Amino acid sequence: MLKLVDVETCYGSIRALKGISLSVAEGEIVALIGANGAGKSTTLMSISGITPTCSGQILFNGKPIEKTDPDKIVAMGISQVPEGRRIFPKLSVLENLEMGAFLRNDHAEIKKDLAYIYNLFPILHKRRHQQGGTLSGGEQQMLAISRALIAKPKLLLLDEPSLGLSPLMTKLIYSILAKINAEHRTTIFLVEQNAFLALKLAHRAYVLENGAITIEGKASDLMHNENVKKAYLGI
Amino acid sequence: MKYACELKQSTYIALWFILLTFPIMVVKVNTIENIIVWRWINIVGVGVGAFVLSFFWQLYLRKKMTSQQTAPEKVSILNRLIENPKIYRPALFIVGIFALIFPAVFSHYQVNVMTTALIYVMLGLGLNIEVGLAGLLDLGYVAFYAVGAYSYALLNYHFGLGFWMLLPVGALLAAFFGILVGFPVLRLRGDYLAIVTLAFAEILRLVLENWNTFSFGPSGISNIPRPGFFGINLTPEQSAIYMYFLLIALCGLTIFVTYRLQHSRIGRAWVALREDELACQATGIDKTKAKLTAFALGAMWAGMAGVLFAAKTTFINPASFTFMESAMILSIVVLGGMGSIPGIILAALAITLLPEYLRVFSDYRMILFGAALIIIMVFRPGGLLADRRKQYKFHQPDAKEKR
Repeated sequence: MLKLVDVETCYGSIRALKGISLSVAEGEIVALIGANGAGKSTTLMSISGITPTCSGQILFNGKPIEKTDPDKIVAMGISQVPEGRRIFPKLSVLENLEMGAFLRNDHAEIKKDLAYIYNLFPILHKRRHQQGGTLSGGEQQMLAISRALIAKPKLLLLDEPSLGLSPLMTKLIYSILAKINAEHRTTIFLVEQNAFLALKLAHRAYVLENGAITIEGKASDLMHNENVKKAYLGI
Repeated sequence: MKYACELKQSTYIALWFILLTFPIMVVKVNTIENIIVWRWINIVGVGVGAFVLSFFWQLYLRKKMTSQQTAPEKVSILNRLIENPKIYRPALFIVGIFALIFPAVFSHYQVNVMTTALIYVMLGLGLNIEVGLAGLLDLGYVAFYAVGAYSYALLNYHFGLGFWMLLPVGALLAAFFGILVGFPVLRLRGDYLAIVTLAFAEILRLVLENWNTFSFGPSGISNIPRPGFFGINLTPEQSAIYMYFLLIALCGLTIFVTYRLQHSRIGRAWVALREDELACQATGIDKTKAKLTAFALGAMWAGMAGVLFAAKTTFINPASFTFMESAMILSIVVLGGMGSIPGIILAALAITLLPEYLRVFSDYRMILFGAALIIIMVFRPGGLLADRRKQYKFHQPDAKEKR
């Protein structure tokens, strides 16, 4: 479904991604783990088209998208939950969700999806008239995920969904990600610092180091890989 | 002691004021007799005055702080009044009647003053699209106003085109200039954007001032015709009344269109853009398009206001389009409450009408103006009538979602 071929992304003269190749198949959950500054977020930003690549190819369902504008990419079915949540703080929860449905015109369907989301996260229904900025961190993360979901993405990109959340909240968010994947076959590409959690959820995983992919394989294999264990799992 | 902190603070403030005002309040130099008069008694007045004012001020602030802690989101009385249909419907009716009979009751001079104020209402609402909704701080809004005014004056002078023909042309030209400024500043935000727009307005003004063969330089263009009324010749008084009703109608149009825009898809895209650019892209909004439409639709109203201004005064020159004008329009938007249409109308009327009716205090006008701005910023940081996003109420807890 998504394929990156030798993608390089530079910030000025600094090469953040030094030619990475990876693929995500339909219905899969794929995790990208790595240390700070490895280029995980840059990878997601490049896929979303917000940070343009300097060489290489990004294919979505066979079509190259590396030169496409961010809004067109969202329209094609790739939604990102940006790092640090980035909800609209002055808009109400409902309005935030409506912004997620910005590109959709099927009002009846939107209502249904809204109901589905309220079912997933009942707290959002309770808080639907509250300003986004007044929510707690975990609720904001739920809102950010919901905002991406309501666009009905084929591929959901998540940038560190566990960032700044309590262990309990993280667990909840992760269980819901598994549920979304199981119920809707939504493909999920996940970037995470918390390698243990990510490997537990994902089917396959890639390890990114200094802008290059060093290890790839099934998540369960990576969990027992000696190098991964030492570097990321702290075992 | 309960007020120890306030007393201490007030004492410092009083001493500070004594020091500050010492040169003008105490020292009086008599240049003719070459003597200095020391008016020590004034120190006491300044000290006591500053102390008392500061003390009550601090008490007020303390009270406000504690009340804020208990009630985090308090809707102001004014906001509650204008959101109550039982109050705003009759109020709107009265304002409408007042607007209609205004020229019959008041003098020609008053009608002219009101017409000017209405031009500022249009300008404020236009700038509100850029600053209030899309969050693009534009310090050069007057440039679009100038484009409108000059397009009417010049196209009329050279080609003899009429007011009604040129009203949309002026608006379109201004919108075009809006896009023209919009393109290079797509990547800028905040302060940087403000500087570029400010520079744009200054460039335009200097071009108009110096390009004599095109814009007739500082001497400006005179004898601009007033708008025609089905080919009937109007006396200046009748024409002023006609102009007044024209502006009432166009202001109505502006209010209607900006209101609809604010609550439309594109309006929500602007608000999202103002809140968070990255998240706005992540939800699939075309950033470029949203910014450019904000510039174009904001500039359009300035262009229309410019045409009306040229038609009203029948004479324009670059001196009418200085930075002061931009600052004035921006303060209307900030004072009224960014994004709030009723607030901006109120602020536009206040800022343009108060100086007219406070001619008695004309020497102190700038002092009063500054004081008013500071007081409003302290007491109502969100503006006179802060914008509150539309809220939907549900009668049953699980009623179907509206919209």
